[in-house]
Parts: sequence; structure tokens; C-alpha cells
Amino acid sequence: MIGLLKRDLTLAIRAGGGFGLSLAFFLIFATLVPLGVGPQTTILSDIAPGILWLGALLACLLSLDRIFQLDWEDGTLDLIATSPVPLEGLAAMKAFAHWITTGLPLVLVSPVLALLLNLPEGGFLWLIASLGLGTPALSAIGTFGAALTVGIKRGGLLLSLLVLPLYVPTLIFGALCVLRGAQGQDALTPLLLVGGITLGSLAILPFAAAAALRVNLR
Amino acid sequence: MTSLWEYANPRKFMATSAVLLPWVAGVAVLCLCGGLIWGFFFTPNDFRQGATVKIIYVHVPAAIMAINAWLMMLVASLIWVIRRHHVSALAAKAAAPVGMVFTVIALVTGALWGQPMWGTWWEWDPRLTSFLILFLFYLGYMALWEAIENPDSAADLTAVLCLVGSVFAVISRYALLFWNQGLHQGATLSMDAEQNISNVFWYPLVTTLAGFVFLFVTLVLYRTQTEIRARRLKALIAQERMA
Repeated sequence: MIGLLKRDLTLAIRAGGGFGLSLAFFLIFATLVPLGVGPQTTILSDIAPGILWLGALLACLLSLDRIFQLDWEDGTLDLIATSPVPLEGLAAMKAFAHWITTGLPLVLVSPVLALLLNLPEGGFLWLIASLGLGTPALSAIGTFGAALTVGIKRGGLLLSLLVLPLYVPTLIFGALCVLRGAQGQDALTPLLLVGGITLGSLAILPFAAAAALRVNLR
Repeated sequence: MTSLWEYANPRKFMATSAVLLPWVAGVAVLCLCGGLIWGFFFTPNDFRQGATVKIIYVHVPAAIMAINAWLMMLVASLIWVIRRHHVSALAAKAAAPVGMVFTVIALVTGALWGQPMWGTWWEWDPRLTSFLILFLFYLGYMALWEAIENPDSAADLTAVLCLVGSVFAVISRYALLFWNQGLHQGATLSMDAEQNISNVFWYPLVTTLAGFVFLFVTLVLYRTQTEIRARRLKALIAQERMA
């Protein structure tokens, strides 16, 4: 399973684009928002928590179809499925690799973008904490969605239709945590709830993803 | 001794549902027409809301059935996952569009009522928002059914989606309560209240509620029959090709 993780990471870094693309998307998204809503800093600092979380969520979403698609097309997935590694483990590792290549960089870059969007000072720590706790849930949910749609050609749009409703609770608690932190209110409760959703998703969704993969590999 | 599982046999299901269908449909039409006419023309106006209160006879039953339709899909999906009865999977597929339409009815009637009463068509209230999200869940579920060609894989994958989606739908509901204060009033009907609303409104409301339940059963039976026939037709065409 460690081997799988290493393979995924190496592929993501060496084989063209996957690693930096979602990061670039996040940056462009955060740049376009002020162009759309106007440069008034008061408005920007009001909406910054939601925008940053939305950007992270969409950046995650865009990289989802890479999780299984390439392995499915060249038959690697069949090989892995016949190997002794359980599919649940594969799904968990895929989610983990996706988080390292997408979620973690997003978390690290987010303070810089928060600066661009004029996020109030109190929100920075909460932003890093909530994204750090919440993006694993996004990866786990996304892996499940990718496993559902792996057999479908051009399943990208369908994937987003399936996955985005599932992202609702994470987005609500995550953005609320940053918002409350920025306004100097109690931000710990939503943060803990984000953590709860992440733990729950990590516990359940690899099994659901493995079930979906088994159906698709049949 | 007959058991429920007999209806896992499509032939048995078709025979029984063919007998049941006209009766259930008749009861649905009776209850709906009776309840709506009673509610619209023979109940007094509310002293504050005026005549707009009458939209309750459509709004509340539609909303209740929108949620129950998803519950029914959940149960049907579980039966398919555990016992592999095709009729169950097809019933879940058949229920999805019906539930979606009920969701739309609840949203639209709510907006029509909200405009004069709240002064807005739409408000980001937890209840309203969860219905919008429920609508999105229905859309995703139906889109997944359409996208997959192999019927058995489609049944399996949508069942998994329905199970996971149910969990997340419930979490979303409570997340939304946490997220924003509600404008929507509390539940109109609940089991433990002694008297929910005045009996004048209560009796026609229960009648239309029964009407919506029977309407749902009618439509699901009918659509399941259609799905079974479509499946048989496909099998026949495949046989022809082989021969």
C-alpha cells in the first residue's frame, strides 16, 4: 500500500501537470473574484472565508477525475485489483495521495491568497486549521465519486453533479469556522465539526469507493 | 403463507400490481380531488394569511412525500444490495423522478406562498436550502442511472450512491440548521402534538396527504411496471439477435 502511495505521488509529480494545476486554479479563482465583485476591501474581507473555501473545493473537484481514470484506461486498476492489496486500501491510498498532491498544497498556499483577499487577521489560523482538517474529507468524498464514475466516458460533469452535494456539510462548517474566526467569535465548534466529518468520511467512504470499484471492474 | 419477498418475482409483481393499480389510482384521485376541493372552497381563510393559507394542502403533503420518496429509495436500494431483487432496484429507479417532482412542487408552492407572506420568493433558510440540496441529490441519482449502460452495474452504483447520499443528506440538514437561523415556521404536522392545526384545516390536509401518498404509490407502481416491460423488451431483442 505504501508502494501504491509512492507510485501515485511519483506519477503526479513527474507525469505532467497534475500536481500544480489545481494550485494554479485556486490562484486564478482567487484572482478573478475581486475582478467580479469589485476591489472594495470591506466587501472582500467579508466574503473572503467563503471564497477561499469555495476555491479549495473547486480546485479539489477539478482534479478528481484523474484519481482512477488513467489507471482504468491502461488496465493498471485491474492489475491492482488482482493483487493482494484490498480495494479498500487502494481507495484509501488514492484519497491520501490526492490529498497530498491537492489538499496539502492548497492549505499551504491559502494564507497568501487570504492576504490578497484581505481576510481579517483573526481568520488566518482558523483558515489553515479548517482547510487542513477539511480537505482530507474533500479528497475522501471525491475518491468515492471518482470510483462511481470511473466506467463512464466523459464523466467529468456527472462527477461534479454527484460530488458537490456531498461537499455541502464540509463547506458549511469549514467556511463558518473561518468566518467566525475572522469576526472574533467562537470558531472552535465548527472546526471540531469539520474534524468530525473528516473522520467519518475517512472511516466510511473507502469502503463505499471499494464497493463501487468492484462493480465497475466486474 | 405468502411473504413480501414473493414480489421479488417480476411476474408475480406484475400480476399483483396490475390488479392493485386501478384501485390505488382511484383512491388517489378521490382523495386528491376531494381534499383539494374541500380545502380550497369549504374552509375559512386564515385571519392573518388570508386565502394564501390554502396552499398548505399542496405544499405540506408534497414536502412530506419528497422526503419519504427518498426514504423509499433508500429501503429499495438496501433490499437490492442485500438480496439482489431486480424489482427492488427498478422500484428505486422509478421513484426518483416522482420524488424529484414532489421536491419541485414543494419548492415552487413555497415560493408562491413566501412572496406575499414573507415578501420574498426565496430565503436562505435551512429548510428551504435543504430542499434545494435534496433536489440536487435527486438530480445526481437520476443522472447516474442514465449514464451507465449495464443495468446491473447501474443498479449497484446508484444503490451505493443512495446509501452514501442519505448519510450526507442528513448531515447537511443539521449543518444547515447550524449555519443559518430559520424563517420557515416549525413543522405543520407532528405525531406528538395534541392538536397541530385547527380541525377545520386538519381534515382536508390529512385527506390530501393520503391523496399524495396514494399518488406516489400509483406512479411508482406504474413506472416500475414500465421499467420491467422495458427490461423484458431488451431481453427479447437480445434473444432475437442471438437467434
